[in-house]
Amino acid sequence: MSSSTHFRYEVLRVLRNRVFHAVTLALPLVLFFGVASGQRHATFNGTSFPLYFMTAMAVYGSMFAALGPGARIARDISGGWIRQLRITPLRAPTDLVAKVASAYLLALPTLVLLYLAGALLGVRLAASQWLEMTGLILVGLVPFVIIGFVVGYLMPVDALTPALGGIVVLFSLFGGVYGFELAKSGLMFDVMKALPSYWLVQAGKSVAVSGGGWPGQAWLVIAIWTVVLVPIAGLAYRRNTARA
Amino acid sequence: MVTGADPDGGIVLSHLSKSYGAVCAVRSLDLAIAPGETVALLGPNGAGKTTTIDMMLGLTRPDRGTISVFGLPPAKAVRAGWVGGMLQTGSPLDHLRVRELVALTASYYPAPLGVDDVLRLTGADAFAGQWTTRLSGGQAQRVRFAAALVGEPDLLLLDEPTAGIDVEGRHDFWHSMRDIAGQGKTVVFATHYLEEADAYADRIVLIARGEVVADGPATEIKAQASSRTIRATLPDADTTELRALPGVRAADRHGDAIILSCSDADTALRALLGACPGARDIEVRGGNLEEAFMELTAEKSDPAVDVMEATR
Repeated sequence: MSSSTHFRYEVLRVLRNRVFHAVTLALPLVLFFGVASGQRHATFNGTSFPLYFMTAMAVYGSMFAALGPGARIARDISGGWIRQLRITPLRAPTDLVAKVASAYLLALPTLVLLYLAGALLGVRLAASQWLEMTGLILVGLVPFVIIGFVVGYLMPVDALTPALGGIVVLFSLFGGVYGFELAKSGLMFDVMKALPSYWLVQAGKSVAVSGGGWPGQAWLVIAIWTVVLVPIAGLAYRRNTARA
Repeated sequence: MVTGADPDGGIVLSHLSKSYGAVCAVRSLDLAIAPGETVALLGPNGAGKTTTIDMMLGLTRPDRGTISVFGLPPAKAVRAGWVGGMLQTGSPLDHLRVRELVALTASYYPAPLGVDDVLRLTGADAFAGQWTTRLSGGQAQRVRFAAALVGEPDLLLLDEPTAGIDVEGRHDFWHSMRDIAGQGKTVVFATHYLEEADAYADRIVLIARGEVVADGPATEIKAQASSRTIRATLPDADTTELRALPGVRAADRHGDAIILSCSDADTALRALLGACPGARDIEVRGGNLEEAFMELTAEKSDPAVDVMEATR
């Protein structure tokens, strides 16, 4: 029995999905050059605009990659093949690990592509800083992977696209992913700082300008979202298995 | 060897019950299947066949009762790779080719068959390179069959494997199935086609309203089920008296005509002529399996509904 085959096919299925490439690679890349090339020397929020927006678009694309396993689950449920899987020796944890690993593997090309695009517009970081930023983004994506599972298990497949689209828009808008921040202080700013997407976008600045990575608040926010979402995903999974 | 395994124990269902809300799908069902047997679960739609198979696969938890698959509960037997199932629904995973999907399924099992062999056996080799989302109904059925077989399970559970398949497709399916059953596997399939149960099963278990109404070798069930009918014109006959005649199982009257369903038409006819010399226009008709099947499984309250479903 080889769980690597399951992982390999999980990745293969995504790589063959052209819409996935359009959304995780082409869209953030086009947005990055479209918005940032005119503002190469602008500063934003205490850092260079290209660095800020490069991080934002890397986050935007990889957020879709993180939500991907959830979308696949919804499709497999609606097609009924999930029941066929349940009558094979494949264990649920093996499937889960393969899906999470595939999401992370598929988020990496987005990051690399946007880093290259950023470098073209003058973003310069030390190798250790590129790696540290990547590490922070991968950690910050954890809540999104789990949100994908929750949505995938609970939503009927026809509601999936609007649901995931809405989630990405909300987290992006309030997290500053679109290249502007809704507030600089007050209650709205507090709301923004309570979102994992806000801290994801801050990853570039935290590494390049502040140094030393995220402040404690960022880790706390990511941890709370994860701790709250895991049992919800567990309930969603059990609800689905009970129904099948 | 897995703890608790009992390869000679076969499959044992005891006092199995399952309700969905107020609807009782399976009621206190008992069934023992020996290793190597090919058993047909025959019954009309809504008889409880799918629920029974889902419980044997560990997909549905029974309200009461137990199932043992070679000594293990269903979920454990599935995990050990002993069970292959073909469900009624399941459009294959997208963005894969047929051969890849079968290879993927094979990778879940400890000792799978060769992917090429399974594709050939199920006739899926003809479209092995096709995308799984571009299959016809018959092709998708072969793929699901291949997925059920590739793990080389000891027990195959097939839920209406030929539903929605054309006659030729059915013939091919059962042709492959025969080869497989001949290898000593235990096969349980649900069907509402009497001919299929008769032609391909060693044993038929007739299910209606969640209960076993008849169980035995195909020939025995046929004998039990197949009745001949005597029609005659006999005004003023008492159906209760007629029903009491030897060899008669049921008696009905339609105006002046009587219809006797007989377990033994010869005896019944002699008795009828002795008891009612006035009977005329006598007609003896051969048994019709389909009618007999309906008779055995018909809902007591509303026979018409089941009759329609059974003949679909």
